[in-house]
Amino acid sequence: MNPFQTLRFAFGGLAANKVRSGLTMLGILIGVAAVILLLAVGNGSSQAVKDAIQALGTNALTVSSGSGSGSSTATVVKPLTVDDARALADTSQAPDIKGVAPEVSTSQTAIYQGTSHTVSSVVGTYPAYFEASNSKVDKGDYFSDDDVLNSRKVAVIGSTTATDLFGTASPIGKVITLGGTPFTVVGELATKGGTGFQDPDDTVIAPLPTVQNAFTGFSGSISQILVEATTADATTSATNEITTILMGQHSITSPSAVDFRVSSQTSLLTTRTSTDQTFTVLLGAVAAISLLVGGIGITNIMLVTVTERTREIGIRKAIGAPKGVILSQFLAESTLLSLVGGGLGVAAALIGAHFKIVGIKPVVIPESVYGAFGIAVAIGLFFGSYPASRAASLRPIEALRHE
Amino acid sequence: MRLRSRPQQPPPTAAPVPRGPVPILAVRKLVKTYGHGDAAVHALAGPVDADGVEQGVDLTVHQGDFVAIMGSSGSGKSTLMNILGCLDAPTSGRYLLDGIDVGHLDEHQLSLVRNRKIGFIFQSFNLVPRTTALAQVELPLAYAGVKAAERRRRAMAALTLVGLADRADHRPNELSGGQQQRVAVARALVTSPAMLLADEPTGNLDSRSTDDVLAIVDRLNAAGRTIVLITHEDEVARHAKRVVRLVDGQIYEDIRQAPLQGLPPALQDPVEFASHTLHVGHVRAHANGGDR
Repeated sequence: MNPFQTLRFAFGGLAANKVRSGLTMLGILIGVAAVILLLAVGNGSSQAVKDAIQALGTNALTVSSGSGSGSSTATVVKPLTVDDARALADTSQAPDIKGVAPEVSTSQTAIYQGTSHTVSSVVGTYPAYFEASNSKVDKGDYFSDDDVLNSRKVAVIGSTTATDLFGTASPIGKVITLGGTPFTVVGELATKGGTGFQDPDDTVIAPLPTVQNAFTGFSGSISQILVEATTADATTSATNEITTILMGQHSITSPSAVDFRVSSQTSLLTTRTSTDQTFTVLLGAVAAISLLVGGIGITNIMLVTVTERTREIGIRKAIGAPKGVILSQFLAESTLLSLVGGGLGVAAALIGAHFKIVGIKPVVIPESVYGAFGIAVAIGLFFGSYPASRAASLRPIEALRHE
Repeated sequence: MRLRSRPQQPPPTAAPVPRGPVPILAVRKLVKTYGHGDAAVHALAGPVDADGVEQGVDLTVHQGDFVAIMGSSGSGKSTLMNILGCLDAPTSGRYLLDGIDVGHLDEHQLSLVRNRKIGFIFQSFNLVPRTTALAQVELPLAYAGVKAAERRRRAMAALTLVGLADRADHRPNELSGGQQQRVAVARALVTSPAMLLADEPTGNLDSRSTDDVLAIVDRLNAAGRTIVLITHEDEVARHAKRVVRLVDGQIYEDIRQAPLQGLPPALQDPVEFASHTLHVGHVRAHANGGDR
């Protein structure tokens, strides 16, 4: 008996019960596809978060007002001011800081020729914001320091805002009304892509004094300060410099009583990545269970097959089939089931990975494909071995008498 | 009854035949008991001596013989058949098949013996389902490791011998009972085994198919093949050169109907043989048909 012949017998055996074989394969197919696809979804979501955070800029640090995450003992919170930002911009005190952009933010309704759109994020800031937040202009240009100094009513808008207000037409040079104030659009930002929580492309960025004039008022306080460190590696020293300078600005002596928070995108990235890893492992475990269930399905169906074909086994033994041949025949059948099922599962998963699943573009991990397929085949061998050995060890006389 | 009253049959001679070469089959003091103690069933016991010890069954079959083992159900003939076919192991006693002591073989060697030395023909045909006649006949050769081309050639030759060359690609469900049994005969003889072992080969066949199958068996024996056939029908048994009758687990009588050397009874004088057919119904029609 050569392997080719064993395989042909196995095909014959499976073809004899097409529906049964098909359903058994379906179990493995679903298992393998689930493992690959769910891992891909997990991976895709963490990839999306990573990309989004990277899009914000990995050297960016955000200084926001507040007593931190409970560890601070500050009793009075002094709001951040433009003066604080100016102090941070002093390169002699803070050599690791490249750019500083104070921000005020609000939400306003924009109108252009009767088309109305609510912009979720209207930001008033300095030109340094664009580099620090990794926002690049696709059409037109950034506003300048001169625009800031003169409080000109100019704005750079995000791609979502542009599409909603202008459709496909170019927004450059057009005048939009934002909360009753006319703004001339000077630039449109390149699309950053959504993280799923808030669309970063639905934004209007204008000079800080202009926004303060029009919406937030000159109270002197600002929402947050965006700081760009010289390099991604310098974020830690930049954080220390910011803390030192702002403690001086706010007359705070104890580092445990600060009334501001410095958060970096990298710390956010680490947290998110570890969360996503847990998420991915969980998804993978659920999928692995379904693969296991598929394997048990193989055992079950092979046991039925062995019982059903006891007589045939008896005949084969009577005409001289050695134990090994019977064993390999049934093992070949179960392995073939898992092989074909696994192969179709991989195909299904690869096709499925082309579609967005709950807003996440799955990113297939190549190892998961080989892994899931390999495990499926191993499952076929492992779960098929019990029924196969039972078939092989049948006594010919009893097998022949079986009705 | 009519079988033994026929005058043209040679007078019964006692077995075993005292001859030179190694017998194909030699059974010595064979005992088979199922169960234990009071519930024990003595399927094969042989004569019991004065002390109540079972002496077991002795049987010797020589090359070229055609033996019919007869007996009613419960006489132990199926048990004997299973042991002779190496499908079951005796409780005690020795069994030499073509000079090999089968009792000392392990599972794998037994499968080799079944493959090389024995050709099985079963009452219920026992063909492998969903397999063409050709593949069916090739199967024992495949287990023996014969190359594909050689396998095909030999399988076709065997199918031709049983007159089914034109049905080579038919599956069991596309064949009549008689044709299925002829495929089984082809499968049994394709490995050129030392002995053909037939268990009620005509038990499930009509009289026409019975004649077809028995005619093939007769020809095979005439060609020198050793045949052991188990039956309870006198019509089948009268084809044999020798009839062994089992009663209650022991050999009751052992009658030689034709000499070991030479043709089986049915081929010695076909017309005369056919005229004594025990088939009810188409006796004359068949006898006339056989004349031509």
